[in-house]
Amino acid sequence: MAGLLGAMRAVFVRELLVFWRRSTEVMTALVFFVIVTTLFPLAIGPERRELMLVAPGVLWVAALLATTLSLNHLFASDYQDGSLEQMLMSPYPLSAMVFSKIAAHWVLTGLPLALLSPLLAIQLALPMKAIGTLVGSLLLGTPTLTLIGAVPAALTLGVRGGGVLVSLLVLPLYTPVLIFGAEAVAASAGQGFASVAHLSLLGAFLALALSFAPWASSAALRVSLD
Amino acid sequence: MKLVHKYGAPKRFYELAGTVVPWLAALTTVLMVVGLYLGLFWAPRDYQQGNAYRIMFVHVPNAWMSMMAYVAMAVFAAAGYIWNMRLADILAKVTAPLGASFTLTALVTGSLWGKPMWGTYWVWDARLTSELILFFLYVGYMALQASIDDARRAAHASAILAIVGAVNVPIIHYSVYWWHTLHQPASLTLTNQPKIYITMLIPLIMMSLAFTFFYLTMLCVRARSEILWRERNTDWVRKLVGSRT
Repeated sequence: MAGLLGAMRAVFVRELLVFWRRSTEVMTALVFFVIVTTLFPLAIGPERRELMLVAPGVLWVAALLATTLSLNHLFASDYQDGSLEQMLMSPYPLSAMVFSKIAAHWVLTGLPLALLSPLLAIQLALPMKAIGTLVGSLLLGTPTLTLIGAVPAALTLGVRGGGVLVSLLVLPLYTPVLIFGAEAVAASAGQGFASVAHLSLLGAFLALALSFAPWASSAALRVSLD
Repeated sequence: MKLVHKYGAPKRFYELAGTVVPWLAALTTVLMVVGLYLGLFWAPRDYQQGNAYRIMFVHVPNAWMSMMAYVAMAVFAAAGYIWNMRLADILAKVTAPLGASFTLTALVTGSLWGKPMWGTYWVWDARLTSELILFFLYVGYMALQASIDDARRAAHASAILAIVGAVNVPIIHYSVYWWHTLHQPASLTLTNQPKIYITMLIPLIMMSLAFTFFYLTMLCVRARSEILWRERNTDWVRKLVGSRT
């Protein structure tokens, strides 16, 4: 058991190190998130009341697109240099390795995105009381997005037009998370019911994705590496 | 299981489907003609919606089939993935465009129905929205199938996608319903009628059966041509094609 945990930790640390050395890739998704949210006031107008109404949706859609964009980095380079095949041959279950990879990926994309969001929320005139919910909903929601997205990312390895294809496959699957994430923020901004129900549903999605996604994406990797 | 092996071979299925298709097609035609006649002329006018409700006899069976086809596709795909059955792979692949067209028809007839009822072609109604997302899921499945050249890898990769999608479909469906009830309720809910008259129910059931048999007919026809294409280098296909030309 210690061997399995040790292997998982080793993969996790390696992923962090690799991503850290190629930090531009991590930064692109974050910068994309910032730029997309900045585009909305330019398109809609600087009226604070209008911005406040669309802010939860805009922030969530931007976070979702940024996560989708970063999915391509999840397996692609390891697929090209053959590290994935080494992981497949290791004595430990592939789903555990995949879980470590996804966790490291989230730490470097989802987590900074959630931490950065209050700044953008202020830009979009989101009320102060809703900012806590925004960060909370992103912290619960973005790991689910990465977990679900790992499956199409694994399926499209080495497929022509892979990048666009991933978005096509993954965005319909993201709708429940988007609905409850944006709704939670809107609710605590005073446009609906209490946000606790939405947040607990996001938590339920996370639990479901945690138990299902590593297994499904390792099956997908096996197909792609066949 | 023995039966599966006997008729699971593509060649046997090709022959079997060939004898079944005319019967299925005939049954579809009879059900469709009778169902349409009963639906358009025999069923009474709705006191609230007038004659506009009659699009229901096409819309509801299509919406129903769009979901059934997804279930069928996921089951075929899972069978192909788990037991490595080539026939199941083929059936899953040819079901996807059929399901997508059922979904598209349900969307179009739904918005045509919406025009007299809601006064506009599109309302973010829960049913329409979840049909639209279902359509996107079909499109994604077909795009993945089309972008992988190797037939076996394409089948297995899209099988995983279909299974993940099938797990997600109920979640998406109920999320959309919940989202919808949080915002304004629809001005008129179309299926929450107090009760449906038996004279409306009979044509509806006939049309549902007609579209089910239409699906089965098309499934056989499309599977036959897919089998011919995949086995184009085998002796029996060469002999078959050669004997006709």
